[in-house]
Amino acid sequence: MGAFRQLLMRDIQLALREGGALGTALGFYLLVVALLPLGLGPDLKLLSRIAPGLLWIALLLAALLSLGRIFETDNDDGSLEVMALGGLPLELVAAAKALAHWITTGIPLALLAPLLGILLNLEFQAYGPLVLTMLAGTPAISFLGAVGAALTLRARRGGLLLALLVLPLFIPTLIYGITAITSVTVNVDGGFSSALSILTAVSLGSMVLGPIAAAAALRIQMQ
Amino acid sequence: MLLNVESLMIDRGERRIIRDLSFQVRSSEALLLRGRNGAGKTTLIRAIAGFLAPTSGKLTLEGGHEEMTLAEQCHYIGHLNGVKANMTVSENLGFWGRYLEPDADRAAQQDRLETALETFDLLALEDIPAGYLSAGQKRRVGLARLKLADRPLWLLDEPTVSLDTASVAILAEAVKSHVASGGLAIAATHIPLGLETARTLELVPNLNLDSTGAEADAEAW
Repeated sequence: MGAFRQLLMRDIQLALREGGALGTALGFYLLVVALLPLGLGPDLKLLSRIAPGLLWIALLLAALLSLGRIFETDNDDGSLEVMALGGLPLELVAAAKALAHWITTGIPLALLAPLLGILLNLEFQAYGPLVLTMLAGTPAISFLGAVGAALTLRARRGGLLLALLVLPLFIPTLIYGITAITSVTVNVDGGFSSALSILTAVSLGSMVLGPIAAAAALRIQMQ
Repeated sequence: MLLNVESLMIDRGERRIIRDLSFQVRSSEALLLRGRNGAGKTTLIRAIAGFLAPTSGKLTLEGGHEEMTLAEQCHYIGHLNGVKANMTVSENLGFWGRYLEPDADRAAQQDRLETALETFDLLALEDIPAGYLSAGQKRRVGLARLKLADRPLWLLDEPTVSLDTASVAILAEAVKSHVASGGLAIAATHIPLGLETARTLELVPNLNLDSTGAEADAEAW
């Protein structure tokens, strides 16, 4: 477990030091959400009705920007090959890197979301559930995204391919993330907790399955 | 300890890169791989390191650690250095030391780090971000990994690329002392490493699927 922790700490440290990926993701999220009211017009009722969906979709796209980097830099400079020869199984290498991505991208995006909710006139009682569902749902983005990142590692211009591969996998997260928030705003009894449970289950499931699939893809890519 | 390679066959796509290759490397032995570009030196080294699955044949390390795979018992120095531009030299090596030997205690890890820095003449560069180093200096940082963890088998693929003569001598000395202390080393290199005792294995490019040896290959050209 020591090697896992070392790798996690290193990846977080590198992400903070490089800064670019996180800055791009946060900036993109801010811009997309800020542009939406301009495009949709100043209808506050409409905005507040569709705010949860817009916030989630924009978050998915923002997270997607940095997914490709999970393995890319380590593959480019040869670090990934050295990691593969360490005692740590490749599955745990993938898990550590996906977890670092969640900590450095997923959490900041989830924490930025309520601020952006103001721009979309999100209803007051929805702010708490918004952050909670995003924190519960974003691990799925990082861990399923890691599979796509591993599959497109050696593909030239893999960015778009990555989006095509992983966006469909985010559908359950998207549906239950939005359901959870709207069930608070329209007062569905028990709707929030059941949607949040499913959201968490999707995240936990992808935390287990994602690294296994990502490691299998990495083994093929490193041949 | 004995690395046993038995009738190894490696395909990449439709091409058979290595055909029926058998050799052994014992403790305290170094093997130099020679051969033209495309002869399969890198392929062979990557197969031993476990990146490539052989089509057929056996790759075993006899007398090694029983619970570890062959890959976990070797150091692999490939074409890339595994050095992060945004971390200093000692941060880079410190991380690899802790990652490759997670069970060692801190003092031992620190000792190894210092030995590695000293051996590859990196003490003066310790606190410089690796991105600022020259190609040869980066290569030395990559090579310093060899000293960070004890691995019986060293796999070196063109380790002397971008090194100056002084650094080549340092590397040769490191390989020599590893071999002298009972280690195994396999190196693919065009530059003589100054390893007088090393055996040489000549690899022949296998260009034609139907070819059986060097003569047929010459025709294919």
